[in-house]
Amino acid sequence: MLTVPVLLGVATLVFSLIHLIPGDPAQAILGETAPQADVDELRHRLGLDRPLLEQYGVFLAGAVRGNLGMSLRTGEPVVSQVAARVPATAELAAASMFVALAVALPLGIAAAVWRGTAIDSGATALALAGVSIPNFWLGPLLAIVFAIQLGWFPVSGRGTLAHLVLPAVSLGGALAAILARMTRATLLEELREPYVQAARGRGASRARAILRHAFRNSLVPVVTLLGLQFGAVLTGAVITETIFAWPGIGRLLIQSIGFRDYPMVQGCILFIAVTYVAVNLLTDLVYGVLDPRIRYE
Amino acid sequence: MTRVGAFIVAVAVLAALIGPFVAPFDSASQDLALRLDGPSLQHWFGLDELGRDILSRVLAGARISLLVGLVVVSVSATVGIAVGAAAGYFGGHVDEILSRAIDILMAFPGLLLAIAMVAVLGPSLFNVVFALSLIGWVGYARLVRGQVLRARELEFVQAARALGASTPRVLVWHVIPTTLPAVTVQATLGMGGAILAEASLSFLGLGVQPPTPSWGTMLNYGRIHLLDAPHLTIFPGLAIAVLVLGFNFLGDGLRDVLDPKAAPSAR
Repeated sequence: MLTVPVLLGVATLVFSLIHLIPGDPAQAILGETAPQADVDELRHRLGLDRPLLEQYGVFLAGAVRGNLGMSLRTGEPVVSQVAARVPATAELAAASMFVALAVALPLGIAAAVWRGTAIDSGATALALAGVSIPNFWLGPLLAIVFAIQLGWFPVSGRGTLAHLVLPAVSLGGALAAILARMTRATLLEELREPYVQAARGRGASRARAILRHAFRNSLVPVVTLLGLQFGAVLTGAVITETIFAWPGIGRLLIQSIGFRDYPMVQGCILFIAVTYVAVNLLTDLVYGVLDPRIRYE
Repeated sequence: MTRVGAFIVAVAVLAALIGPFVAPFDSASQDLALRLDGPSLQHWFGLDELGRDILSRVLAGARISLLVGLVVVSVSATVGIAVGAAAGYFGGHVDEILSRAIDILMAFPGLLLAIAMVAVLGPSLFNVVFALSLIGWVGYARLVRGQVLRARELEFVQAARALGASTPRVLVWHVIPTTLPAVTVQATLGMGGAILAEASLSFLGLGVQPPTPSWGTMLNYGRIHLLDAPHLTIFPGLAIAVLVLGFNFLGDGLRDVLDPKAAPSAR
């Protein structure tokens, strides 16, 4: 299992960030005109006046204990602020994945079952368009049509289910396209398998043979892809949350970049990256359960 | 679809090359009296918040998008081929170390790393290209490593070795060329990815800075005028979507021709 070295690599990358700032990080945070005493004080507060290895050790030990320092802007612990935003991002991610599955599965099944027809071409074109349309364009377009013109949903914010619809569709659109393509491809492969013909031979209807037998088996790679795409959902959430003023970790990250609140930037990135690694690990394990032929050493 | 993709890409390249000469207006010239005016016969895509012609800026933006895509893909492919070929050809400890590095970088959401890099280095075109190249080479390295593992056992490669060809010669003249079809497909799809990534960063205010006309930056400013001037959002976004769709169509078509054993396309 690569999880431990990967997590160590992720933590090292996040630790390195503040040291990649050109010049003196403390000076860069406070600005060129800041008094030297303030710069020295901040450098001390961030631990930048200690040897690099010691800083690294303190960072890793803090990260393991859930202590990522204090926000430069609010003075509150980074972890508590990140934790306060988790429910909003989790809600958005879950809703977008639900939207993606709700669109992708029927689309992929229809394209595979009616292969080579206009339905297949339409579904494929829709899927390719979905992959190509950036969520930072789809989001504003949805807002223009469904919030501003039709007034069906709020333009921004979080609170009711109606607030969730446009961000979830905007974020889930590309994922739906990718999953639909995968569903079509894997279902086509399964439909060629002898067991599907056997089911038909035993008298199962076409719909039952497809949905009960072929589709179930085609779900394994689809579920895997869903897990692997979780990183794209989290990264996409940074953009979607910015568009719809959704109070999640992505918006906190972008706001913190604007305020040069680097401990908060590090905290947000570390949280997103660690969640991504954890979901990938979980996907690997679920894959093993769904397909017992896969064994891990 | 391949032809449609090739056509779209050709039009975009043409726009990037001759766009500034055929554009109806200078992309930087302002007419504040007409700011936020919608599409008209004179200004097909309307005017932005400073009264600049959006069609002219979209044409100029094609140059930035394609330039970023080309540089990012070229740097990423070159580094990825070198690292992947070394890992696959030499095997052993070299492969072990390089593969672990690839695994770690692949475990990190790419765009997030780019956001982080640009956040600390500062927003600029150079930093965007640097950050995207830093994450881009990993996919090529993994692809090339797999191809090289197969290629090094091929008879003509072994024959070249038996005839006394040096390792660099075997790699450059015999092994790496076998990976180029797959790399070409990945590079074509990667162009779309790089253009999207640049636009994402610029949209977040972390990429190309005004007044340089970048499609992502134009969308970012369009967001402010979503209520009163939606055309600021519609046209730059349409340009991104169509160009990325073009590269995706082209990449899919090329895969079917150059690399038919690869994962089946959705066609």
